Amino acid sequence: MTITTELGAKSLASWLWRQLTSMRTALILLLLLGFAAIPGSIFPQRSQNPLKVSDYFKSNPGTAKFLDQLQMFDVYSSPWFSSIYILLFISLIGCVLPRTFEHLKAARAKPTLTPKNLSRMEFHSENNFGSLDVAEAWFKKNRFRYRRDANSISAEKGYSRETGNLVFHLSLILILVGVGVGSLYGMKGDAIINVGERFINIPTSYDVISFGKLQSEKTLNPFSVTATDFKATYELKTGAPSDYKLTVNIADPVGSKEISKVVRVNSPLTFGSTKVYLQANGYSPLVTVRNKTGEIKYQGAVIFLPQDGNLTSIGAIKVPDMQPQVGFIGSFVPTFARNSERGAFSSYPEVLDPRLLISIWTGDLGLDSGNPQSIYRLDTSAMERIGLKTLKLKESYNFGEGSITFEGWTPWVNLQIVKDPGKIYALLGSIFAILGLLLSLFTRSRRIWVKESASESGLEIAGLAKNSAPGLENEIAALVNEMRKTLR
Amino acid sequence: MTSTDYAYLSNYAIYSAMVLFTVAFLAHAVEVAFSVRNLEEKTQFDFSRTKRSGDIGTVMMVLAFIFLFAAVILRGISAHRVPWGNMYEFSITGALAFTGAYIFALWKYKIRWLGLPVAIAVLLTLGTAITLLYRPSAPLVPALKSTWLAIHVSAAIISGGVFLLANCIAATYLILDRYETKGGRPVWALKLPALEVLDQLTYRLVAFVFPLWTFAVIAGAIWAEAAWGRYWGWDPKETWAFITWVAYAAYLHARVTIGWRGRKAAWLCLFAGSTFLFNYVYVNVWGTGRHTYSGL
Repeated sequence: MTITTELGAKSLASWLWRQLTSMRTALILLLLLGFAAIPGSIFPQRSQNPLKVSDYFKSNPGTAKFLDQLQMFDVYSSPWFSSIYILLFISLIGCVLPRTFEHLKAARAKPTLTPKNLSRMEFHSENNFGSLDVAEAWFKKNRFRYRRDANSISAEKGYSRETGNLVFHLSLILILVGVGVGSLYGMKGDAIINVGERFINIPTSYDVISFGKLQSEKTLNPFSVTATDFKATYELKTGAPSDYKLTVNIADPVGSKEISKVVRVNSPLTFGSTKVYLQANGYSPLVTVRNKTGEIKYQGAVIFLPQDGNLTSIGAIKVPDMQPQVGFIGSFVPTFARNSERGAFSSYPEVLDPRLLISIWTGDLGLDSGNPQSIYRLDTSAMERIGLKTLKLKESYNFGEGSITFEGWTPWVNLQIVKDPGKIYALLGSIFAILGLLLSLFTRSRRIWVKESASESGLEIAGLAKNSAPGLENEIAALVNEMRKTLR
Repeated sequence: MTSTDYAYLSNYAIYSAMVLFTVAFLAHAVEVAFSVRNLEEKTQFDFSRTKRSGDIGTVMMVLAFIFLFAAVILRGISAHRVPWGNMYEFSITGALAFTGAYIFALWKYKIRWLGLPVAIAVLLTLGTAITLLYRPSAPLVPALKSTWLAIHVSAAIISGGVFLLANCIAATYLILDRYETKGGRPVWALKLPALEVLDQLTYRLVAFVFPLWTFAVIAGAIWAEAAWGRYWGWDPKETWAFITWVAYAAYLHARVTIGWRGRKAAWLCLFAGSTFLFNYVYVNVWGTGRHTYSGL
């Protein structure tokens, strides 16, 4: 404590600043950042897979609670991870900015004076031929920067090594700016639509939507996307998908003339800085539910979620308008197969021989309870099962309270809509980072000095290569050779 | 010829390459073993006696490289795409990149002494690939259908091959360093270059390949933006690619800026290389995330 008071707050601050911007600290922070990233690849992350996180909580409640306190499920947005990279970037800025100014100054200044004792340098030689004029011409031809003094020349080349180095590090800052802009002003959401339906880009059209901290809901682009056709192609032997092709009509803004477009997994739609991606697909069985008197109480396509590669899909059909209320837990199999082990399942992802398997429940659907409900799940806590049935296409089943008909199916697609105004900075930063890196790692920085010997009428030549880069020996030999020519 | 015929041809080329690597391995083993002479009760090394054997090793290595190259090309023809769709294909291409890096370094830096460990490493890689990782040649899932596959994966594989070579040299450094501090090199290591040369060579390889690895990560990010709607998402593969990048960046800084040489630098290099290997093996086989496709 006494030391700090003696030094005073100001010098303490400058001491801390020197420590933070020292290369050793930067290196430790860099390695620390690498280690800090590891837990995020071990534990499930809320930002990627919230379901897995809740599974983890169910299977290891005690450990999960402890890990959650350490933010192990939100590693990359946690204060401890952020503080490492923020410190690293402060250290980087503190290191790079002064060096940038120095470099700019050095670029305009002349090379340093020729050292007194050249014999300490690399590849030192003394020759009794040549002259400073020849050396100067050679330096000029080989585009060295040099200063000529009365009896010596100091030349250097490879300034772009430091230029590249600085460009690389400044580009990293630009990438961080891009990431920051993206997370503050970005938007990301998902919407599942059946083929035939139209998606209008307003917040209520989304199943899930999240905005950056400084992005308000008003700034969504007012476009619309109508899914007109979806074709999935599969390998016959393995059932592995080989192509997904979604045909859409787009209007930007909504209501303007529609244009037909094709969306594939690797080719999203673009509306300014907003992109629309095809992320997943599945089937919605079309059903009609009637009451005892034959009145239609529900009709439409119900989105079912795929459970395996062959698109065995499950979902829930809720009919609140019947007395008592009726619900169905359904399973849609596009190509029906059955064995003793798995029961009914799908053996191929395309619809070849579809079935709709349902269990029928009556009672209270719980829609008025105020608790948010999943549209894919039936809350059976206040319900009673009254039947089970496997329906073929166009088949109806009378379950006493009414009937259900399996009318057909339609594919659905999951559109992911992302707005990231920061990514252009990240991209530019990346490009400059690579260019800077190449420049800095493949440029040799070196100096060569030529000096008239004090004792004899000869010339001393020597050089110094930064980071002992190879090639300087040959270069000096070339210069000596050039001078030797003057002998003839 | 049908796709299957091409796939079979590719497999035969792999087997042939493995035979050639085995011959190369034996030739290099003979080169080392039979150059030992006992002169006046002192063990000495005389490589002039076994120069021919070493030459055979080099020729076999080049031939094996050609066969491996053919195998990778044929695999691509059979699948009607770039041959980088699963771990088997990554491994054979990685072995090709590794052998290529060795042959290049051989021509440039005279490192024939590395022939023996290189042959062992390649045989292990190819052996694992053809027995454990083999998958029939098949088309790609939609997510992989992109020009970026060729760009991103080739850059990553070549980087991996060079990282592995740098690791071999760094490991050699550490072993020899240990012998030297204990009193001297064993007979078989007398021909190997000085420690400083190994240190410098490791650095050269890393400095050469670090921009390529940076490019591989960035190309992956650009592709992820097109396919998944975000350029960076801390997917396990991305996370470990980042860790590898950070580790090699630390190595370069430690060496260039702080001036680490020798032992410390070699350990850091080994650590960085092991993060790459971990990413390749662990994340592909046991990991979750979006880089796991169609079984391996």
